[in-house]
Amino acid sequence: MDTKRLKRVSEYEWRIERAGKMQADGVIFASAKLIRDMDEKVCEQVSNVAALPGIVRASFAMPDAHWGYGFPIGGVAAFDPDAGGVISAGGVGFDIACGVRTLHTGLKTGDIEGKRQEIAEGLFRKVPAGVGSRGKLHLNKKAMDEALAGGAKWAVEKGYGMADDLRFIEYGGRIEGARPGEVSDHAKKRQEDEVGTLGSGNHYLEVQRVVEIYDKAAAQAFGISVDDLKISIHCGSRGLGHQIGTDFLKKMTASAAQFGIQLPERELACAPLDSKLGQSYLGAMRSGINCALANRQVLTHLVRQVFDRIMPKATIKLLYDVSHNTCQEEEHAINGKCRRVFIHRKGATRAFGPGHGFLPGEYRHVGQPVLIGGTMGTASYILVGTSESEECAFGSACHGAGRNMSRTAAKKRWRGTEVAGQLAAGGVLIRSKSMRGVAEEAPGAYKDVSEVVEATEKANLARKVAKLVPLICVKG
Amino acid sequence: MWEHFHHQADIGIRGVGKSMAEALEEAALGLMGVMCQPDNVEAKQKIKINCEAPDAELLLIDWLSAIIYEVATRGMLFGRFEVEIVDNKLRGMAWGEEIDHEKHKTVVEVKGATYAELKVVCNKKGQWVAQCVVDV
Repeated sequence: MDTKRLKRVSEYEWRIERAGKMQADGVIFASAKLIRDMDEKVCEQVSNVAALPGIVRASFAMPDAHWGYGFPIGGVAAFDPDAGGVISAGGVGFDIACGVRTLHTGLKTGDIEGKRQEIAEGLFRKVPAGVGSRGKLHLNKKAMDEALAGGAKWAVEKGYGMADDLRFIEYGGRIEGARPGEVSDHAKKRQEDEVGTLGSGNHYLEVQRVVEIYDKAAAQAFGISVDDLKISIHCGSRGLGHQIGTDFLKKMTASAAQFGIQLPERELACAPLDSKLGQSYLGAMRSGINCALANRQVLTHLVRQVFDRIMPKATIKLLYDVSHNTCQEEEHAINGKCRRVFIHRKGATRAFGPGHGFLPGEYRHVGQPVLIGGTMGTASYILVGTSESEECAFGSACHGAGRNMSRTAAKKRWRGTEVAGQLAAGGVLIRSKSMRGVAEEAPGAYKDVSEVVEATEKANLARKVAKLVPLICVKG
Repeated sequence: MWEHFHHQADIGIRGVGKSMAEALEEAALGLMGVMCQPDNVEAKQKIKINCEAPDAELLLIDWLSAIIYEVATRGMLFGRFEVEIVDNKLRGMAWGEEIDHEKHKTVVEVKGATYAELKVVCNKKGQWVAQCVVDV
């Protein structure tokens, strides 16, 4: 990106000053290197989001931002319903509430020596992944509506997990205000066999080793020590969320003119929050959030079954579960006043600071765990929300490494078997039904996650707590 | 003819043909090329897909979305398409078979067709081009 268009506010904050149709500034948090490597399109998309009605403060982009469609991936934008603010299906994305859940195992890395192949095989066989994967759980219409209204809480009630799991999931495992009636039959049909499936693309299930601790107090609160064995699941709302995105993108595109909204590009399709369509999407999108929470809960159950069989000593408990494609109703202090706004985070994670009432008691004094997925060959990080985070971008942080190279370029450059071979030589066992999928997800196709996390910390969005490296990775 | 074009996070698909209908058939193959090796998919079963939209670009989105839906709900992949378009009404056929990861060399699911880089146009050479970015 050409930095001439930007005003450098501080070492890690770059401003696109309001111009033309923009109703607010654009703000990108990044290091000089990350910003140089960012596509020009990020700047254009941040500016386009700033032109949407009712935007509050600014249109933000996180350090892992990359060229999306409509909103940049890594974009954060808040809208005020009392100022004509909008909600955008494209601003949430197709994979509603895609997110990361990290689990404790109660084990150390050494405990699985000699068992790693067996665990990798066990997880690969148990967890449906890849194109067209279907789970063992079939939901009829009634059960589907219950799942969409109940989220992870529904899954626990059906025997997939323990009540205590729910305390460590955003919204206690169930977001209020879901309206399954607003979700199309097509979307429900796509989901009827997909609860408890991982999906494909950048989704994964990893067994990880904690290699470094940066913040002892937060690590202690989260229950993280060096050499711990953790498990992370990255996936979302599967076919249901994808179809809700498809359905509402179409509806919002068709009705934008009727609402008097001029769209810089169709992908930014949106509707006023106080319109019937806006409310309908909100109810459907919240059903999508519950679907993702139920999905990750059922996947956790499958992981528990595998570990119960192979590693009966393991105690699988939740560290945290956080979504990174959502629009959430939150209260924030804006110009000294507490205002209710709807925050789109597309490829961005909530990062609430210490003392937030939303957090479980064990974590409240340190802040919210922010789970950052890396690539299968590098590292993942656990961060913690800071007191300054609220001031920066409504308590938001990055969500992953962010792609650096297109899938088309990646598959030309690498062969999946070679990528898997190199990773195995480095101690990472990869299991996937698709070797071309592995090539497209090669670690070299992503930005350096450590640099993204470093910039996130330096920009005061969140603070590093621990670094984890993969030992086993089941790719979709 | 179909091809994939660069998009940083996802994949662009482009179908080129002598008519708009042919460009949409090719774009559908481009979509399958994101998910698998379409040449390896046998035409064991035929399904009908009909859609309607206010303009050609939205018709492409509807067509691709309908195929994505059929893949997801039938657990099938497709290797051949036929399209007829009259007044922005599309009558389509898709031939394919049940997903077989080994045989079809599956890659990645497509979540949806986006409006990014969306174009259905007749270029100077008289070729029809139908393209958009798909989210994977």
